[in-house]
Amino acid sequence: MNEILKGILTPAFVYSIIRVTTPILFAALGALITDLAGVINIALEGIMLTAAFFGVLVSAFTQNMWLGLLAGVLSGVGIALILGYFSLNLKTDLILAGIAINLLASGGTIFLLYIFAGDKGTSSSLKSLVLPNINIPILKDIPILGPMFSGHHILTYIAIISVVIVHYFLYHTPLGLRLRAVGENPDAADSVGISVIKIKYIALMLSGIFAGLGGVHLSMGYVSWFARDMTSGRGFIALAAETLGGRTAIGTTLGSLVFGAADALSYSLQAFRMPSEFAQSFPFIITILALGFYAQQQISRAKKRKAASRR
Amino acid sequence: METPILEMRDIVKIYPNGVMANKGVNFKVMPGEIHALLGENGAGKTTLMNILFGLQAPTSGEIFYKGKKVKIASPHDAIRLGIGMVHQHFMLVPSLTVAENIVLGMEPKRGVFFSKEDAYRITKEIGEKYGLEVPPKERVQDLPVGIRQRIEILKTLLRGAELLVLDEPTAVLTPQETEELFDALKKLVSQGKTIIFITHKLREVKEIGDRITVLRNGKNAGEALVKDVTEEDMSRMMVGRDVELIIHKTPSKPGEVILHVENIEYTPPGHNKLLKGISFSVREGEILGIAGVEGNGQRELIEILTGLREGDSGSVKVRGKELFGATPREIRLASVAHIPEDRMARGVAALASIEENLVVDRYFLPPFSKGKFSIDVKKIHENGEKLVKEFGIKAKSSVVPVEMLSGGNIQKVVVAREFTSNAKLIIANQPTRGIDVGATEFIRNRLVDERDRGAAVLLVSADLMEVMQLSDRLIVMYEGEIVGYFDSLDGLTEQELGKYMLGIKKDAPEKIKEAVVS
Ligand SMILES: Nc1ncnc2c1ncn2[C@@H]1O[C@H](COP(=O)(O)OP(=O)(O)O)[C@@H](O)[C@H]1O
Ligand SMILES: [Mg+2]
Repeated sequence: MNEILKGILTPAFVYSIIRVTTPILFAALGALITDLAGVINIALEGIMLTAAFFGVLVSAFTQNMWLGLLAGVLSGVGIALILGYFSLNLKTDLILAGIAINLLASGGTIFLLYIFAGDKGTSSSLKSLVLPNINIPILKDIPILGPMFSGHHILTYIAIISVVIVHYFLYHTPLGLRLRAVGENPDAADSVGISVIKIKYIALMLSGIFAGLGGVHLSMGYVSWFARDMTSGRGFIALAAETLGGRTAIGTTLGSLVFGAADALSYSLQAFRMPSEFAQSFPFIITILALGFYAQQQISRAKKRKAASRR
Repeated sequence: METPILEMRDIVKIYPNGVMANKGVNFKVMPGEIHALLGENGAGKTTLMNILFGLQAPTSGEIFYKGKKVKIASPHDAIRLGIGMVHQHFMLVPSLTVAENIVLGMEPKRGVFFSKEDAYRITKEIGEKYGLEVPPKERVQDLPVGIRQRIEILKTLLRGAELLVLDEPTAVLTPQETEELFDALKKLVSQGKTIIFITHKLREVKEIGDRITVLRNGKNAGEALVKDVTEEDMSRMMVGRDVELIIHKTPSKPGEVILHVENIEYTPPGHNKLLKGISFSVREGEILGIAGVEGNGQRELIEILTGLREGDSGSVKVRGKELFGATPREIRLASVAHIPEDRMARGVAALASIEENLVVDRYFLPPFSKGKFSIDVKKIHENGEKLVKEFGIKAKSSVVPVEMLSGGNIQKVVVAREFTSNAKLIIANQPTRGIDVGATEFIRNRLVDERDRGAAVLLVSADLMEVMQLSDRLIVMYEGEIVGYFDSLDGLTEQELGKYMLGIKKDAPEKIKEAVVS
């Protein structure tokens, strides 16, 4: 036990939390934007997976990591638009369309992987690139803090900046205001001449960008290859993180950190000869417990509100 | 003669479900007046105004605004012309602030950012200009309905509305708030605005209306200057006179008390008290009628009695068994049948077949159940065919989905189920609303038959004719209270009853207590 604690209470462990939180946080920001616009984006998982694949593919063939990044993000936006077309234009059920897209992304990326890499498991035969890590001057030389916060992947820093951008976007721009209005009362938005469908498309595209960045981080930073189903549920965990965070940008970040920590812990536990099946299920157990706790709070809050309104 | 600011000609609206809500309505509004659009629930008032505001397309008809023919295809068009609407259900975003709601869609900006300061200033200015003050920084969800309504009015004014439509604005307000609203409306008119005011509260029309247009059953039923008519005149125009139906009814022979209701109180969340201590009882072999203009608490009372809504306090006993707060199934199993007000929402499952609808309250009981886990499809079919014949439901067979039937036949499916459950108590809420004369006559006679079989019947109806023809005893509800009680309907006239329904007359408390018999 003591050994485990020693392994955990280190700057390296904090560094690892931040690292594994990055893809979850990106996807959770995407979840937040769509959720506030009234679209529950189940397809985050598929968006991330597709973006992870195209990032690897394009960087391998062009040998340009920035083109890889761009391709990954654009493919994510493309998937989000497909979801929009089915649910907003054709009015299919949002959840069913999202599930279909996830299955398509899972099968489709394996299929393309086989075509381009000749392997159904990983892209190791492709010479794909990774995006760089960044050392922050001054900070990197400070003991303890340096090893925790400096030297992260470039997308990790972009994720942190994104939180601020999303916060300002949602709460301090006209578009953010309209987006929240559409999500909460579409009739009200409609009655003042706001196009509900347009706003929902914008939200979906933004979530495609963010979840796409998360996917690219997985295959061009976290590791340096693509593997089948490598998102392993992060798109869903992101939805949980966003809900747990009370649907705010800051809350979503904290929620993502909770799951990032659980994830990081599960790796550390594996190192301590914990059965790996148990360790790997750890983040999901946390998910269920956290959501249960959250739902309980919501219910009691609603009850209190009802009681108060009765006077 | 002055040109009307608005004229709607021969407006017809047929909804996709076949309901003809406007049957050639003509409607004219003069500039600077407060025009009351009157009519009972379902008369087609909201439909007419939704057409004006571009929320519904008319099937046919023309609209003239300031003398020019216009086409209004969306709320956007209406707003551009200078028409504003405050809907029955507010179009506000609860978690946003007052100012955010008011400027939504036309947000002030500083650079790329939304300027809250400007939004607050705009809100304050427009509020002061029209004497409708609102707190700009508060969230809408924390404010009472009266303020929310002001926000809605300000929203339309900010968008340049000259003609303001208010759909039943006082339905949700306290008397105090109503007064404030009226003051504000008068001020708006003095500043050159024109107001259309939908209501069925006649006292309010007398108080602030200049002219009225009355709709009944989708058609014009009268137009007048308010000063030329009395409340009784208006109510006669609203309710009108039905075709005389032949009901066979002998004097009642009441037995023991079946339903005993005591002191029901109810306040909907965020609203004012709606039911203020309702008590009455119904005996076997009699029909107790509840008369009243719709919206005076009848719906909520019935929903509480039938387990569809949770009341705050009180007692509901059926044959001595306490059922306040029980589930609908528990209540039905206590030998209660219910003909709900909204047959599509509560009465039937529209996509299910007639025969399935006929057993939804008893499929789990013999003879329709076979053991715990299966049902007897053959028995259900036989039962369906038998009832289709017995109740004269016009359908090819009992396997037809209910949604294929006309309104009158759908209602017959509901009554066929409720009248064959052999219930000791039948609660019938608006049992013949919106259905044809034949079906109406059939259902009314069957209600009397059920009474004669020994059932206790509680009948709620806004149709004066219906309650007066069927009831053995009668109570009148007004603003959530019983204001009148009649232990016999002999000699009671429509005019007299109308006075109670409008709140002009009220019985003494001792008299009202007599509604509880033992
Ligand atoms: N969207 C709709 N679809 C189908 N029927 C409707 C719709 N809105 C109203 N109706 C029907 O049209 C009739 C008139 O309704 P409405 O205009 O709301 O009356 P009012 O406002 O006078 O109470 C009613 O029978 C109602 O059930
Ligand atoms: Mg209406």
